[in-house]
Amino acid sequence: MATMIETQSLTKDYVVGADVVHALADADIRIDAGELVAIMGPSGSGKSTCMNLLGCLDTPSAGSYHFDGVEVSSMSTDQLAAVRNEKIGFVFQSFNLLGRTSALHNVEMPLIYGNTPARDRRPRAVAALSAVGLADRMDHTPAQLSGGQMQRVAIARALVNDPALLLADEPTGALDTRTGLEIMALFQKLNGTGITVVLVTHEPEVARFAQRILRFRDGRLVSDQGQTPESAMALLAELEPDAAVAPVPEAAA
Amino acid sequence: MKLSDCLMAAGHSLRANKMRSILTSLGIIIGVGAVIAMIAIGTGAEQRVQRVIQQLGSNIVLLRNGTSVAGGRRGGSGTRVTLTEQDAAAIERQVDAVQVAAPEVRGTGQVIYGNTNWHTILYGLTEGYFTARNWTVDEGRMFTGAEVRSAAKVALIGKTVARELFAGEDPIGKVIRIKKVPFMVIGILGEKGQTPWGSDQDDVIFLPISTAKKRVLGGRRIKGNLVAGITLKAVSAAAVDEAVRETRALLRQRHRLRAGQPDDFRVRNISSFLKARAESSQVMSILLASVAAISLLVGGIGIMNIMLVSVTERTREIGLRMAVGARGRDILLQFVVEATALASIGGLLGIGLGVGGSEILAAVAGWEMVIEPQAIILAVAFSAAIGIFFGFYPARKASKLDPIEALRYE
Repeated sequence: MATMIETQSLTKDYVVGADVVHALADADIRIDAGELVAIMGPSGSGKSTCMNLLGCLDTPSAGSYHFDGVEVSSMSTDQLAAVRNEKIGFVFQSFNLLGRTSALHNVEMPLIYGNTPARDRRPRAVAALSAVGLADRMDHTPAQLSGGQMQRVAIARALVNDPALLLADEPTGALDTRTGLEIMALFQKLNGTGITVVLVTHEPEVARFAQRILRFRDGRLVSDQGQTPESAMALLAELEPDAAVAPVPEAAA
Repeated sequence: MKLSDCLMAAGHSLRANKMRSILTSLGIIIGVGAVIAMIAIGTGAEQRVQRVIQQLGSNIVLLRNGTSVAGGRRGGSGTRVTLTEQDAAAIERQVDAVQVAAPEVRGTGQVIYGNTNWHTILYGLTEGYFTARNWTVDEGRMFTGAEVRSAAKVALIGKTVARELFAGEDPIGKVIRIKKVPFMVIGILGEKGQTPWGSDQDDVIFLPISTAKKRVLGGRRIKGNLVAGITLKAVSAAAVDEAVRETRALLRQRHRLRAGQPDDFRVRNISSFLKARAESSQVMSILLASVAAISLLVGGIGIMNIMLVSVTERTREIGLRMAVGARGRDILLQFVVEATALASIGGLLGIGLGVGGSEILAAVAGWEMVIEPQAIILAVAFSAAIGIFFGFYPARKASKLDPIEALRYE
């Protein structure tokens, strides 16, 4: 398997007044393409800092970061923006959809910042929304969608540029158990198609669906454990044994 | 991010906050409307003054006779006749700042043609008067220098006289009797219309000065070479003061006035009066336009204020856009375009308000309003510039946001 993420001594320091806070110290992380990895840790453990660095939202104070074969730790903010646009899809706890804007437009948004010609945007956004099972909700605004549907729109937005990496920050934090399971099933399904998925969470409930768990504490990577992931789809089926369960309920998957 | 995408995004975000967008542009609408209406008022006033100047002739100085004093009793203006045709000729010859010095005599008289008659003002003039006062000849011709010298009995009549005496008939070549003396009509004067104070400038007859004095207007005071007045035209607006000064010195010398003796003539500087009027109307229009421009400025500050609020409100959106690949300049462009769109829409609506308001003012108050295309172009360009200028600071603030902070913003 090709290496997707490889960091060496990745370090991020913040200067707060006279003190230097080591938000992340000497992290060596390696994630292969096609993996589904969870990054865990309590708040203040450095997992958010790690996610920001892996997501190219921030630059490290020291250390190197190879992402998809490219050294990104010394890139300018504009170059990082291009990397994020082309290769990374973000999914947030609070969805971060544009209000009063249709699902379709929300999904088209990242294409504006790439160089996708205007006429190709709509078909690609439609394809992404279909992949998450919202083909029939394209013209709905976030206010007209349920929490799970909003998160699906956000996932479609993350997928629209065919990213190499899907980075999800507490993706089920704002959802009820059942909807959360649906979203996790969707991540597992997408992972099955070859997309690398990194979940950042503090919930073991979420982490159990990952193939590997990286645990952080006090800014350090303390453990790196492989595991046999549970199937979110199987759990959904247990929850509602009578219903025909699919990760993408509305679509003929 | 292309400009078209920015425009789409701007349109979308302005539509999302309709009421706010309308209220924000209202400042620009009123500002642009006011600028256009005020410039229209100013331009109208200036054109009116220009027309008066055009009617009276530009760079004009009038010389009039002084007052007689007999046993302490002063006779009033024009009672002591000292100006002569030779004075006029000398001024024209010797004062460089003077282009034309045209002597004139004036009077009124009954004019008869066929079985109609009319009472009008009679002028005895030389050809120079036409140049000095911007008189033109509509039909026929002016009298020549030879006709002036030989005291030919020829006359030019004003439009009003032509209408009253000839009623549709062609006056050229016809003989009219002025104070019983027959004159041939050789031309009709171009129309001048009313003076600003309401007298009809076309109710006149022009005669050669020699003929007028010999046959028609010769009186107790104005005889020989004496004239009622001289009209001077300076070579340029800047030369008017010099013309006045030198003419006065020359006339004092010619009239043998000793130092300390008062002038025996009067100088009326019409052009300075007109210039003052033109200047005051200009000052007025600049004043009006600046007040209007201030309201435009206030409108711009309103835009900046709302854009700042909008940037704060949309911090998470900005963070998200950055996370999915927007660069700082994409965000900058988006917000600048949004502010500019807001200002430009306001500008376009403001044109409607300004033009409509001007029409209403013109109709209701009877003011002369002149809307020039430049004023409209200026107003729109100015409002777009205001959008860019006042949108830039908030947009820059947005573009400098840290995506991580912005995404976490509550």
